[in-house]
Amino acid sequence: MSPSYFNEMFDGDQVRPPYARLEDWTRQMPAELRQMKQAEAEVLFRRIGITFAVYGEGGDPDRLIPFDMFPRVFTQPEWRRLEKGIKQRARALNAFLLDVYGKGEIVRAGRVPARLVYHNEAYERAVAGFTPPRGVYSHIVGIDLVRTGPDDFFVLEDNCRTPSGVSYMLENREIMMRMFPDLFGENRIEPVDGYPELLRRTLSSVAPAKCDRDPTVVILTPGHFNSAYYEHSFLADMMGVELVEGADLFVEGGFVWMRTTEGPKKVDVIYRRLDDAFLDPLCFRPDSMLGVPGLMDVYRSGGVSICSAPGAGVADDKAIYTYVPEMVRFYLGEEPILQNVPTWQCGKAGDLSYVLDNLGELVVKEVHGSGGYGMLVGPRASSDQIALFRQKISQDPENYIAQPTLALSTTPTFVEEGIAPRHVDLRPYCLVGDTIELVPGGLTRVALTEGSLVVNSSQGGGVKDTWVLAE
Amino acid sequence: MILTVNHVTHYRYDAPMRSAVQSLRLFPTRFAGQRVLDWKVEIPGGTRGGAFRDGAGDRVEGWSVRGPVTALAVSVTGTVETEDTAGMLRGHRETVPPMVYLRDTPATEPDMAIRDLAAGAVAGASDDLDRAHRLASAVRAAVAYRPGVTHAHTSAAEALELREGVCQDHAQVLIAAARSLDLPARYVSGYLYAAEDGTPHEAAHAWAEIHVPDLGWIGFDAANGCCPNELYVRLGSGYDAADAAPIRGIALGAGRESLDVTVALEATQQ
Amino acid sequence: MLSRTAENLFWIGRYIERAETMARLLEVGGRIALMPSAGRGYRSEWESLLQASGTAAGFGAKYDDAVQRNIESYLFFDLDNPSSVASCIGKARENARIVRTALTTQAWDAINTAFQEMRGLERRPRSDLSLTEITEWTMRKTAQIRGAIDATLLRNDGYDFLGLGLALERADNTARLMDVKYFVLLPDVDLVGSSLDSYQWHTLLRALSAHRAFHWAYGGEISAGKIAHFLILNPQMPRSLIAASSVVLEHLNRLARDYDRRTPAQTRARALQSELTDLTVQEIFDEGLHEFLSRFIGEIGELTELVQQIYLSGEAR
Repeated sequence: MSPSYFNEMFDGDQVRPPYARLEDWTRQMPAELRQMKQAEAEVLFRRIGITFAVYGEGGDPDRLIPFDMFPRVFTQPEWRRLEKGIKQRARALNAFLLDVYGKGEIVRAGRVPARLVYHNEAYERAVAGFTPPRGVYSHIVGIDLVRTGPDDFFVLEDNCRTPSGVSYMLENREIMMRMFPDLFGENRIEPVDGYPELLRRTLSSVAPAKCDRDPTVVILTPGHFNSAYYEHSFLADMMGVELVEGADLFVEGGFVWMRTTEGPKKVDVIYRRLDDAFLDPLCFRPDSMLGVPGLMDVYRSGGVSICSAPGAGVADDKAIYTYVPEMVRFYLGEEPILQNVPTWQCGKAGDLSYVLDNLGELVVKEVHGSGGYGMLVGPRASSDQIALFRQKISQDPENYIAQPTLALSTTPTFVEEGIAPRHVDLRPYCLVGDTIELVPGGLTRVALTEGSLVVNSSQGGGVKDTWVLAE
Repeated sequence: MILTVNHVTHYRYDAPMRSAVQSLRLFPTRFAGQRVLDWKVEIPGGTRGGAFRDGAGDRVEGWSVRGPVTALAVSVTGTVETEDTAGMLRGHRETVPPMVYLRDTPATEPDMAIRDLAAGAVAGASDDLDRAHRLASAVRAAVAYRPGVTHAHTSAAEALELREGVCQDHAQVLIAAARSLDLPARYVSGYLYAAEDGTPHEAAHAWAEIHVPDLGWIGFDAANGCCPNELYVRLGSGYDAADAAPIRGIALGAGRESLDVTVALEATQQ
Repeated sequence: MLSRTAENLFWIGRYIERAETMARLLEVGGRIALMPSAGRGYRSEWESLLQASGTAAGFGAKYDDAVQRNIESYLFFDLDNPSSVASCIGKARENARIVRTALTTQAWDAINTAFQEMRGLERRPRSDLSLTEITEWTMRKTAQIRGAIDATLLRNDGYDFLGLGLALERADNTARLMDVKYFVLLPDVDLVGSSLDSYQWHTLLRALSAHRAFHWAYGGEISAGKIAHFLILNPQMPRSLIAASSVVLEHLNRLARDYDRRTPAQTRARALQSELTDLTVQEIFDEGLHEFLSRFIGEIGELTELVQQIYLSGEAR
């Protein structure tokens, strides 16, 4: 392992303070016990049914994401800084959305190129000029962070649509508490189990102005064949709201109704886990069977709230990403607390030639790609792969961005031979409604293969419980 | 000119449908060229839903009909006072920036023939307005008016290859050509009062608008070789014909739908 | 509750009961086939079984011979047959997966275990599996599922929809089994009262796990009259039409109370219940057993349709 990677637990031979007790814990745990516990964890995960299927990948739909029992730890001061940075970013992203669907001041001011916004596939003409309740577009902002040093955090990407994975944050904690109650006695760990309640409050707070009672919130799922269905039903259950499919809803008289055994019941807020294109066949893809015909007319006339708002994706595009620090300055008049990874946009001539000359050292991503697909990791790629990307980028430069290969931090991880450092990232979930909230924790993803920097669960990544220590 | 519109769309289903939902853009645009004297949109037996003005300035109204539905009618009756604005959409309020209308859709994706037509037409043009006029003339010359050759899903590229089509095709070819030159362009649906010259065009009509800096959106009716004047009633716009459709609806159930449209325009002397 | 959730629960109930009926039918077939031929060769019994289960057409499209091996495959394993035990268990599990949060862990476990074991059975060579083994396995599994539901499920509206599915399917299935006995297995009027007749009744009772109960309750010779009373009018017999109908009525009453809304389904179920309460065996025979059973099956169908309209479509206002 290259010494240039930041190891979150060890500073040379010294154990960093937040990991001190975990050191004892692992030292005192015999290998057999560890294996037993690992097996127990798997049984627990299977029993609760938390599984993950990669879309379009085939294979076992009941596959588990590997869970690593070694927690990832943040100190209170570390977290406070992250929290400020994340909230700041979530506010700026929402201000940007409100602006570009309204007056477009940031574009007029020349701070973000007009073309990048208005000629963007994710810009939704159908919602231009409409202001959602409280001016919030992205109610759940998932911000992917990586760490490269004690105080160096970078934002890898923003997820303004429907970031998934929060059920792992909650279940990982649940399982750890069940298996190692002593650890939670020894360490003072901030709880994360308030998330569902907080989410429900956030969603209720953006009910339409027409709603004059306790709002009815539902989660809209594409159905039980969707890879994230477990998460949808888990959240619905934890929040105590109905999990609906498109066919359970209909519109009438300017409102949305759900079909219940007691007759139609009015719905005020829809937390949708469905892409824009499928929401309403009358407004978007006419062949969509998953959505609710007429939903967008009700939405735009103020009869129902949709979270996140259709069109929110224009803020989390990988090309727009470059301008987020600019948004923070423009809308909030503050300096960004969290840094962006330096990014070259292949659509710019100067950047393009740099990228093509340095493919071997860069990470290249598709502007609209996700899940670690359509990505080139230069230092680990074959010359054929590099040649292929050179061709792809030259043909459609606007579709690609490039970033330096980041030295992702490592945390100790249980592997076959014992404990070894593995690279990790972090996705906290920021909630935006009448207030901005962040539970102290998030989803830590870990690249389980030695030396790998790809943490996506579809490509050999696992998950860890993420601790924020109380003071 | 005062134009009276009677527009009824009948839907029939060969098996009862569980329910029907419609999104209507059947209201005259508010701009300097037209003033609504009276206007009514109705679906007998239906329930009026949410109504709003969208970012492109179009008024949209949702409707729903409870099942079983075997037939439904969307009826529009009203009177508009129109005025010739030389095709310019003056006094129109909208939020969507023109640049948004540079986006291609499957129906308006330009192929080589459209690009060539566009490039050839504007060679030597003095400014964007001149370019827009030349494009409209070139499309009129390239595509002859002939009903029955194309259908609702014919793309601009296909229509140009056939060299024949109806107003929808003229509009879409013009839009594709304009966008290929980086001129924002959009599809407009509305009515045309055409009784005077006895041309065979239907009263339900469509044309294109091209955005010209400093002047704003300007209408071009390539099918008739002119800019919309007091004989036109503008309803709504979109990226292409499907996106600008004045009626979008869906009926849930197994029945097959048949459609029957009657549009009548009358002029009243002032 | 969401209408779709209610519908999923309702179908879990129906599929579990239907899986069990299929297994019982297979058992009846197996036993009757052991009987010396009634003069038309053993095949006809298997064929009548297909008719009884409403699967004759589907079977005919796939197999040539109505022999035990093919029938076993079709009624038990075949996923092309929507009523096979494998199909029913698969669909019960699919419905359960969708409404996981409306079930208890125990109920889900029981359904999921049945599904996983079914996959195991499918992988075993058919020659290793006896008819008895697979029918007994099915009855054991469905009993476990019902047990888990009964012991753990909250008595809310979800429980009522599950129960309605079970009871409506059961009422329908018992009526069909009886109808089969009378008009398919023994079509020749001359054979009424013969030893074959009585053997078939025995078999039917056995298939309903009720032959001992019958003897305790009625004693002596088996007769059509006693059987009709037992399977139609005796409220102590859990699979009798009157018992199943009264469970239907109970669930409908509870739903009406919970939702504070009287429904036509309730009225209909109450009428059916009081008709059965006042009915005598003689009156049934006067109407004709087949006619009576057909009418009853129709009533249950209409009641199911009402439940669908009122509760499961979500459109009733």
